[in-house]
Amino acid sequence: MADLGHLTHKIRSKNAGPFWLTIDIFCGGKGAYDKVASGLSTERLASALKVSPDTVKRFDIADLWVVKFSFPRPQVQGSIHDRDMHGASWAALVSEIEIN
Amino acid sequence: MVKVLIPSGALGLGYDKVALERALAAKPDIIAIDGGSTDSGPSYLGRGVSKYARSSTKIEWAGLMEARAQAGIPLVIGTAGTCGSDSAVDWLLDITKEIANERSENLKIAVLRSSQNPDVIIEALNDHRIKPLEVTPDISPELIANCTNIVALAGAEQIAAAIKTGADIIIAGRTTDTAIIAALPLMHGCHSGAAWHGAKIGECGALCATNPQSGVILVDFDKDGFTVTPTADGAFASPHTVSAHMLYENSDPFILYEPGGHLDVTKAQYNQIDERSVRVTGSKWVPSDTYTVKLEGARISGYQNIMLTLIRDRNYVENVELWTADIHKKVSAKIIDRLNLDLNDFTIEMRLIGLNATMGDVEHSQIRPSEIGVLAIITAKNAELADEISKMLNPYLLHHALTQEEEQPTFAFPFSPADISRGAVYEFCLNHVIELDDPMDAFPLETHQVGGQ
Repeated sequence: MADLGHLTHKIRSKNAGPFWLTIDIFCGGKGAYDKVASGLSTERLASALKVSPDTVKRFDIADLWVVKFSFPRPQVQGSIHDRDMHGASWAALVSEIEIN
Repeated sequence: MVKVLIPSGALGLGYDKVALERALAAKPDIIAIDGGSTDSGPSYLGRGVSKYARSSTKIEWAGLMEARAQAGIPLVIGTAGTCGSDSAVDWLLDITKEIANERSENLKIAVLRSSQNPDVIIEALNDHRIKPLEVTPDISPELIANCTNIVALAGAEQIAAAIKTGADIIIAGRTTDTAIIAALPLMHGCHSGAAWHGAKIGECGALCATNPQSGVILVDFDKDGFTVTPTADGAFASPHTVSAHMLYENSDPFILYEPGGHLDVTKAQYNQIDERSVRVTGSKWVPSDTYTVKLEGARISGYQNIMLTLIRDRNYVENVELWTADIHKKVSAKIIDRLNLDLNDFTIEMRLIGLNATMGDVEHSQIRPSEIGVLAIITAKNAELADEISKMLNPYLLHHALTQEEEQPTFAFPFSPADISRGAVYEFCLNHVIELDDPMDAFPLETHQVGGQ
């Protein structure tokens, strides 16, 4: 088992407009990309972030060694229950997900 | 064919002066810079103000006006003043006039406005010309009437109209990030897919290259594709850095919706042509049947006070969830009783800094630190009520005991007064497009002659 933060080059989360979040996992090489693409299911990610897997869009981009996920923001950006204006901290949770 | 100089991802972020000089030496046809985005949250659009300091904006804008004068080419800014409302456009127009007067420079300025009259938007809603995008709040005529600002995002057509006035400087309200870059290449018949794709790659300046803080890049558009070149020392574009920029702030890395169609980069080819530059071909522009522009709106969601209490006592750190839950219960009962309110009239949140203030219920860490900050956030329908509620909460955050038997505890308030009024708080409430018969319908264009002789 290894967590994604150690396995990959960089994980970034960011708003994609006020209503969406997007998470980019830069694997940094083919070996790590293959591990992440096959070892991290959309369901696993959705469960770690407590979002519905049906709402998650996934892009496996082999040319860039990137796996990308986008989903509607659980709280609209800047609404009174939003805790993270830029959506930056979701990456920290993703980096702690362990995969085989 | 058409060379666009992008000095930085946004006015206010700074740019590398040496790199700017180098880019000017390559004889660009236009300087284009973005002035904002929704990324800093709804308050800026709600209030119609800029997030950047006026003095920083003035210094950076004066530098670009100087570069423009030196090169004898137009300078265009989109989404002026962070949010692109009329008030934010006027703020930058005022700064521009001030600089022109100080430099005794005579300038023609085109101003493209993006603020929308709520009555016109309500009429469009009733005519079914407003369509929801994916993930959309419910809207109604009442909600639209409640917006303090609504802006529409202009595309390349409206920027082209502003360029055609022959203005030296174009100050545009809300535009898409890409429109200010794509407009001139499209006017000159460059490849339409390349125009939009190159604009997306260039919209954050050198973020598509190494040394991203340097800002300055050149994008050279032609009949088949585009070439992107960063100009700062240590800044290099590679197929990886350029193609990876399509991921940035995009929910879909291959498709980008714009006024009048969408960009599809599924088949784009990225090739290194020298150590600094990347050439891109194969991007596709797909025109849409109807011409739509996106709307953004913000309205007041309440008035807020905040308070911070620091908990260092080990027993209270261990039991802080119980402590805040008990406070919430007791103070809510008191507020309902004394202010004659019900639970829907206010919210009190106590976020536990050190435990899960960032992620809330999504947090999985079990680590308990030596101290915890309790950030209390009170939201009510007006400022007076928010003040009253936070004053009722104050004694609990200072002295509330976990048990009745113990002596009265006291916790650390870092400030006096303990509460901080944040005034009105805003929320984004539109994620829609509006259909236009003519692209200029929603965007008044005016010209001004400014400056000394």
